Amino acid sequence: MTPPQRQRRSTGAASDGVPAKEGELRNPERLFVIGGEGGGERADLDLVTLIVARADPPVSATPEQAALLRLCAAPLSTAELSAYLSLPFSVVTVLLTDLLAKELVQARAPIVRQKVADRNLLEAVMHGLQKL
Amino acid sequence: MDFKSSDTIPGPRTEDRLPHTAEAAVKIVIVGGFGVGKTTMVGSVSEIRPLTTEETMTQAGIGVDDNYGSASKTATTVAMDFGRISITDELVLYLFGTPGQERFWFLWNGLFEGALGAVVLVDTRRLEVSFDVMGRLEERGVPFVVAVNSFPDAPRYPVAELRTALDLPEEIPILDCDVRRRASSRDVLMTLMRFLHSLAVKGALT
Repeated sequence: MTPPQRQRRSTGAASDGVPAKEGELRNPERLFVIGGEGGGERADLDLVTLIVARADPPVSATPEQAALLRLCAAPLSTAELSAYLSLPFSVVTVLLTDLLAKELVQARAPIVRQKVADRNLLEAVMHGLQKL
Repeated sequence: MDFKSSDTIPGPRTEDRLPHTAEAAVKIVIVGGFGVGKTTMVGSVSEIRPLTTEETMTQAGIGVDDNYGSASKTATTVAMDFGRISITDELVLYLFGTPGQERFWFLWNGLFEGALGAVVLVDTRRLEVSFDVMGRLEERGVPFVVAVNSFPDAPRYPVAELRTALDLPEEIPILDCDVRRRASSRDVLMTLMRFLHSLAVKGALT
């Protein structure tokens, strides 16, 4: 029995069939209700940007903001915040954009893939995995 | 939308909290068809119980896939399971298991672009569902390894035959695994890391 056959593709050869900014389309009602005012601008946050609270929730904080601030008393990724709050990732980024502007949280950017990867980083990850 | 009192929000257990020294995170994406074992793999190596993040997909994305919702639905939710491994006190690794269909990928900003690399998890009973995933990764220049999750009743092909069928160059690792086992899942991740390391060494030389 022979397996089915695939055809290789090359980098950048993409006609990139990504529908125009589809990921940017949001459910406006939900965004407005949870994200509040502020024009829907969002900070550039990755799923693994680590968020740390800089202060206790102020009295003016919404319940969502207060919950989020309490959650990230210790560093927590935006993905984990989304999971624990049961809120879509995009809604969490809207909440965080507001909290970042108010300097209530700090964002620690992830290390992303470079054209030439950082070998020290890769070695550190390997070392960590070996301990598993 | 209802939002429960913030006091009832479950947070990480005390032992699941990251130290304050955690400075940065990296991510690896595990991609494959439905039921291929992505979540099992995440769960077998994660230090936390796998969590789920979700994103809302609006009407524009509906209708392409018959499996999703009824015609009257205007938005659907796409979920992605993930886990975490603390590498050092400063560095954290996150593993995301994501559906194979590319239209899900752009829901999460830079899911693949920022990832160190990807694991394409395949089931030899449905090899062709992974074809498009590999093509997309190639187009985006995301380095990946192929892990064949060994289901008992799945056909077994020699690696050479699989490599020809998948049209993969010699340097891309293909390995068998049993994602239910932590050691096996860890080996897959190690294989990916060694592959990325070899690319980095090569890249530094050219």
